[in-house]
Amino acid sequence: MDYETLKLVWWLLIGVLLVGFAIMDGHDMGMGVLLPFVGRNDLERRAVINTVAPHWDGNQVWFITAGGAVFAAWPMVYATAFSGFYWAMMAALWALFFRPVGFDYRSKIQNPTWRSTWDWGLFIGGAVPPIIFGVAFGNLLQGVPFQFNDILMSTYTGSFWQLLNPFALLAGVVSLGMITFQGANYLMMRTEGDIYRRVRTASLIFGTLTFVTFALAGWWVATGIDGYVITSAVDPNGLPDPLAKTVATAAGAWMTNYHTYAWTKWVPIATFAALAAGILFARLGKAGLAFWSSSLACAGIIGTAGVSMFPFVMPSSSDPRSSLTVYDAVSSQLTLGLMLGATVIFMPLIIFYTSWAYKVMWGKVTTEFIAANDKSVY
Amino acid sequence: MLTEELVDLSRLQFAVTALYHFLFVPLTLGLAFILVIMELTYVITDRTIYKDMVRFWGKLFGINFALGVTTGITMEFQFGTNWAYYSHYVGDIFGAPLAIEGLMAFFLESTFIGLFFFGWDRLNKWKHFMVTVLMAVGSNLSALWILIANGWMQDPVGATFSFVTMRMEMSDFWAIVFNPTAQAKFVHTVSAGYVTASLFVLGISSYYLLKGRDLDFARRSFRIAAGFGFASALSVIVLGDESGYTVSESQKTKMAAIEAMWETEPAPAAFTVFAVPNEKAERNDYQLQIPYALGLIGTRSLTKTMPGIKEIKARNRERIENGIHAVIALEQLRRNHDDKTALAQFEAHKADLGFGLLLKKYIVDVSQATPEMIQQAVDDTIPRVAPLFWSFRIMVALGFLFLALFTLALFYSVKGSFIEKKWLLRWALWFIPMPWVAAELGWVVAEYGRQPWTIYGVLPTHISVSNISVGNIYGSLAGFVGFYTVLLIVEMVLMTKYVRQGPASLGTGKYHNEKAAGGALPAHAPANRI
Repeated sequence: MDYETLKLVWWLLIGVLLVGFAIMDGHDMGMGVLLPFVGRNDLERRAVINTVAPHWDGNQVWFITAGGAVFAAWPMVYATAFSGFYWAMMAALWALFFRPVGFDYRSKIQNPTWRSTWDWGLFIGGAVPPIIFGVAFGNLLQGVPFQFNDILMSTYTGSFWQLLNPFALLAGVVSLGMITFQGANYLMMRTEGDIYRRVRTASLIFGTLTFVTFALAGWWVATGIDGYVITSAVDPNGLPDPLAKTVATAAGAWMTNYHTYAWTKWVPIATFAALAAGILFARLGKAGLAFWSSSLACAGIIGTAGVSMFPFVMPSSSDPRSSLTVYDAVSSQLTLGLMLGATVIFMPLIIFYTSWAYKVMWGKVTTEFIAANDKSVY
Repeated sequence: MLTEELVDLSRLQFAVTALYHFLFVPLTLGLAFILVIMELTYVITDRTIYKDMVRFWGKLFGINFALGVTTGITMEFQFGTNWAYYSHYVGDIFGAPLAIEGLMAFFLESTFIGLFFFGWDRLNKWKHFMVTVLMAVGSNLSALWILIANGWMQDPVGATFSFVTMRMEMSDFWAIVFNPTAQAKFVHTVSAGYVTASLFVLGISSYYLLKGRDLDFARRSFRIAAGFGFASALSVIVLGDESGYTVSESQKTKMAAIEAMWETEPAPAAFTVFAVPNEKAERNDYQLQIPYALGLIGTRSLTKTMPGIKEIKARNRERIENGIHAVIALEQLRRNHDDKTALAQFEAHKADLGFGLLLKKYIVDVSQATPEMIQQAVDDTIPRVAPLFWSFRIMVALGFLFLALFTLALFYSVKGSFIEKKWLLRWALWFIPMPWVAAELGWVVAEYGRQPWTIYGVLPTHISVSNISVGNIYGSLAGFVGFYTVLLIVEMVLMTKYVRQGPASLGTGKYHNEKAAGGALPAHAPANRI
């Protein structure tokens, strides 16, 4: 496979891994966001938690693997984003700390304060990372202040607080809404009674929130945010060197791809359709269809951001030629090819045994079941 | 600006978080296989007590595993947050095993651990056994890939430098996978994990035996741990010797420092049992040696010599002086990719590029380096001797004590009289923390001994860091220390609670104190799951 194709395939594959993360880890993070509100007593909360008890750890690996794949396929993006967004990354990391211990330790001690503390821990672990990742995407769309020196060492020249600008915060809300919508739809499939009624309401609220904020963000990108364009010739097969190109900002540049490749318009259109369908199915009580709709919406929202920015991944606002693109932030041809081979072999296996695990554990988790299995469930 | 404070703080944060992460890893690696052995016994004999053993030791496994996961995510973040230039410079090679680790190992381990805990009633016993096996295989595979990555840092095979992309690029994936340094590290590290877990089970079982409670349960656990532990303790020493077999340059340097061997001795070199290393004078103030032993271990021959510190330094001085030309040529090539003269000069000296970069710690323009700076860089190439010398010796001594303990435990298990040997039970109980001490010291030897490099001979630690302000690291380091302290306390409280409860924590109604706690309940009535 030639280098250009591999570069494009990896743009797609990173997208697939991020979508996998949003769909899989998203539904148990969404569970965490809703936990303190839809479970009104200890048994109810345990029922909610145990819908994801056998799966959250496997789901979290989508995140770990997406991180590892960015490291392997786009080392410069990994290096620049993680060091540049230092405090945002630390906050996401520390929020993630609450999940493994929250899940595993919460029900091991019978003390209401202990348990409610970990419930809020699971809330933090569910809410903070999606907000931060949304804010990060919001900043990528605006460009991030960083530059490379002559040996390609990157320096972030902004502050932490400027990451929290209004558009980025809006993107954070889109992301939180999307994840919570996903979690609510999942919980509709796995709960019943009072909990079911509460998560259905949550699904309608967060589905609508996502729809509205996604539309708002789209309008903002189209009219109020300057995109980036490469102004020099690019050799897509060339050795990656970000400093070899020139880049300029231009109003409306993030809309160019939708004109150049007309079929890409279907990505945002399908996203709106999926969000609307998800809300409708939740209202009709069709939990499974609602879940698949919100899963599609996750893919659409991430896909829309990706398509708008293509071929940019991480534009630089302070030194545009340092911007990282799918052509010049990548690993060598050998590494990309090798990693593609590994993905082609292992991804079907992962999907196979993950599906099997869900099939084995499928069914409604009731408060009666929790009470009867007090010592063996979370 | 890459100040020494920035570099030291980045290293400190990495050391703290990595050593902390490794408090939880070895028990996971080993206990997973002990659970496999116990469950295999259950599916073959169909005796419920073995299922109870899997479930009880599995609970402790879970408490430990949760923190292993928590602290593992930190490691993945930290290459990017604090070692950005490293990530750029070697991501093409180093990132691949990490991503494959996720695809091949973490998914397997993490998906099946859920079924391990929650699938008892939904899977027949053979299927559940298969789940446990896959979980154990997954956790050990993850160790394989991360140690392939780590082995490459010690011995960077299968990669070349590209001046256009300004980084190392992979040239031979299989050379990286079958890197002898990586393979030796893998088997040594997982064996250490098996020893840790065996001693954990042996020690806690001894506690029950000493207290005279849950005798049947503890006796069976003790025997399994004794057998598995004996095999592991033996292999950790034999395979540790494999890591000592000096093939690569980095290991030669490390070995010289570990042995406080200042001069190259005539073959076969003596093994120094005890010494007071004096770094300034480059000699040992006092030493006690066993003739020939080191040469035999290190070279497996009677005639090959092992280089001493002074000889290694002399060689490194040449490489640094060569490396200066490589750095100068590289800087010209970065300005103009087509500069033919610079390219020729670079090709002639590029093997020593990393050594030239060592001078970047002292001066930006290495062509202006003074003899004093070169001398400092030469001195830097040898890690400090005393910490390595002592860490290594304590680790090895502990290794032999583990072997002694497990030999006796196995011997008396076979004889069937271990319950009366109170001294043996007490030894096992009080020795529970020691494998952790040995494992952490092993990592100190491996990583501190690699200094001043992150990638031996290729990339100096000094220029591997993220170019961020030190205030950030003070803040994050404080955060890590805070979180990790609280988490460790919570973990220890839970672990102690469940160890004290023992198998009664399963609620089967068959174990220590259960009848008393449950009032007049009959032995098997309230068990909702057996």
